[in-house]
Amino acid sequence: MLIDVLPEYGVYALILALALSLLQAVVPLIGAWQRRPLWMAFAQPMAWGQCLFLSLAFVALALGFLFNDFSVDYIANNSNSALPWYYRLCAVWGSHEGSMLLWSLLLSLWGLLVSVFSRSLPRDMLARVLGILGIISSGFLLFILLTSNPFTRTLPAAPAEGADLNPLLQDPGLIVHPPMLYMGYVGFSVAFAFAMAALLGGRLDAAWTRWARPWTTVAWAFLSLGIALGSWWAYYELGWGGWWFWDPVENASLMPWLVGTALMHSLAATEKRGTFKSWTVLLAICTFSLSLLGTFLVRSGVLTSVHSFASDPSRGIFILALLGLTVGGALLVFALRAPQVKSPVSFGWLSRDAFLLFNNIILLVMAITVLLGTLYPLILSSLGLGSISVGPPYFNALFVPLATVLCLFMGLGPLSRWKRMPKGELIKRCALGALVALVVGIGAPLMVGERPWHVSVALGLVLALWVAMTSLRDVVASALRHGLKGPARLSRSHYGMVLGHLGLAVSIVGITLVSNYHVERNVRLNVGQAVEVGGYRFKMTNLADVPGPNYQATRATLQVTRDGALIDLMHPEKRFYTARRQALTETALDAGLTRDLYVALGEELDNGDWALRVQVKPFVRWIWLGGVLMALGGGLAVWDKRYRRPIRRLGEKPS
Amino acid sequence: MNAVRKRRLMIVLGLVALVAVAVTLMLFALRQNINLFYSPEQIAGQEAPTGRQIRAGGIVEKGSVDRNQDSLVVTFTVTDFKARVPVRFDGILPDLFREGQGIVVIGTLDASGTLDASQVLAKHDENYMPKEVADVLDKEGLSPEDYRAARAEGKLSYPEADRP
Repeated sequence: MLIDVLPEYGVYALILALALSLLQAVVPLIGAWQRRPLWMAFAQPMAWGQCLFLSLAFVALALGFLFNDFSVDYIANNSNSALPWYYRLCAVWGSHEGSMLLWSLLLSLWGLLVSVFSRSLPRDMLARVLGILGIISSGFLLFILLTSNPFTRTLPAAPAEGADLNPLLQDPGLIVHPPMLYMGYVGFSVAFAFAMAALLGGRLDAAWTRWARPWTTVAWAFLSLGIALGSWWAYYELGWGGWWFWDPVENASLMPWLVGTALMHSLAATEKRGTFKSWTVLLAICTFSLSLLGTFLVRSGVLTSVHSFASDPSRGIFILALLGLTVGGALLVFALRAPQVKSPVSFGWLSRDAFLLFNNIILLVMAITVLLGTLYPLILSSLGLGSISVGPPYFNALFVPLATVLCLFMGLGPLSRWKRMPKGELIKRCALGALVALVVGIGAPLMVGERPWHVSVALGLVLALWVAMTSLRDVVASALRHGLKGPARLSRSHYGMVLGHLGLAVSIVGITLVSNYHVERNVRLNVGQAVEVGGYRFKMTNLADVPGPNYQATRATLQVTRDGALIDLMHPEKRFYTARRQALTETALDAGLTRDLYVALGEELDNGDWALRVQVKPFVRWIWLGGVLMALGGGLAVWDKRYRRPIRRLGEKPS
Repeated sequence: MNAVRKRRLMIVLGLVALVAVAVTLMLFALRQNINLFYSPEQIAGQEAPTGRQIRAGGIVEKGSVDRNQDSLVVTFTVTDFKARVPVRFDGILPDLFREGQGIVVIGTLDASGTLDASQVLAKHDENYMPKEVADVLDKEGLSPEDYRAARAEGKLSYPEADRP
């Protein structure tokens, strides 16, 4: 039967993909260096073939999961025949080996997309870009084949039943979060490849940024979505009601996002104005390095977290070596090539260029803050200087002031012109926005809120309004001047910017309100008893045992009323997964745009009482809604017409 | 020095100053917010500070978990087989909290030597052993695997072997 030998085909496909990616890494780069068109032409077919074989390997593994082939180690450890089919399918990336395979597959997919949408690229540029992607891909495929082969078998004594997927992962979040996040992580490799190709080719003009921009924006949009999804998932799945824990693994995804955001804006400045050329290249290198660092942190087992599966030290060392080689190599090329680049363009301190530069620096400082807080405990413990952990107060203490400054400049940026902006005009343009932001931001929590006024609420609202008002100003101004035709004339990428900035404003509103106004109570309840939290009355009306496909659950029913009116019936569960003998809290949510009600069952106490975690979280959805808006903004920016009309080749005549 | 160079120098100096300030602030914030880890033995030996947030870890001693009848207050002791530390916690224990399980506690020591916990962490799966706890056990000459094996075979005399 074909199905019996699928894993072997999978390994075979992986080896073929590795062979192709090695060819893709070597031949086109030499071709570009020696100017041999035939060698350069190797890049595209290799990229296609690599993507094809990785897809085959991926399908082979997925089919193994679907048909419960427990003779494969990875499947036996992460699946179970009682698991619903859609979780069996997603379990493919539920643990280390499979998620590395997903990583490689997505990398090859990006390579494929680059080679398809690259008709406007000079041939040597394309060869170099795909060559660099080939190098990265070879590294990861070697990693998979040498240290984390997902197809390893346990024969002849294969287990009859699998150990089941980690219950925390048995959730729709697993279906969407990892692929989105990886698309983002891996997508920055394209920006990196473009930067390296530009350095290698010695053509560090504005041209490479024009090609790299849409790729970076798409990767950034995916990463934004991935992070938002991860936060949302952690919120309802971990049973604490927190949406961000400053967990090292979250930090690992936040760092490339911060630097990637800086990169996206710096690319805009380089493309439009020719400024910050070296800086942009450096940011591209940093962003991808941080993506790799994130992979290292998460996959090496140096961190203990829900995400870290691998504790095999050889894997950590392999990724560290890969990281060292990539970063070291990239910085070496940068050091050798970048000094030749000069930016002859000047700009005043009051200009869009300057504001973008300020915010670039602030974003970088934020990333360094996170990096320091994440790595410091690791460094100390590896030097044997004791075991410490860095608490959320550290991050909060630094992020709030940094974000404040960031938002101030974020408002000024879109209002000003490139190169030079007269002070008077800038003030005139932002006066109204600033006034409205101040008045509404300080006043609204006074007027509407049932809670006491708080300075941090006012600060958050003022900043969010400021960012929103300033990003919308051009749209409103053109509507006032030209009627309805005005806003229609603005480009899609402009609306992308507006949406992205609005997204951040929405997230800030959510973060501010939920951090300051959430109400949380841990209570002891029995059937018939009730508790009042944040104006809502939660009455436990029933407790029942409910069987699930691969677990046993205790389900409570809570009747939620406000001023006597029924709001919702909530059903939090405590599940016990039989295969792993593991308990899991399944929270109940009553979601709303202005508030979430959150109930999680804790543990059973004496005489039938249960410990319950009851929370009212105002505006918590806005945090993720903002993330979605940001991602949409990225999508809209890429949808811009100028990326779809054929771009004239720069620097090279078509031959 | 021409104007362009001068300006560039100013930019570089400004950047260096900014970075210096930022790093200083970061290190300061870091110093304020790191939680040092102490083993039960160190706490019993009064090496841990009182009134400051620390982390402690070990095995939850069998038979030590005591719940209050009307509230969520729970007390238990954490041990590294050398010393015991009493812990008091008002809240909901994690799903994987169990007697005989390795856990990490974040909290402050009060004058009587009780650890007033703000968080109790017991993560992920049955066999998971927090790294610090594994290190503590390691010092006693027990690897987590040894410990588990010894526990399973009933060889471990203190605390009484508890089969999972």
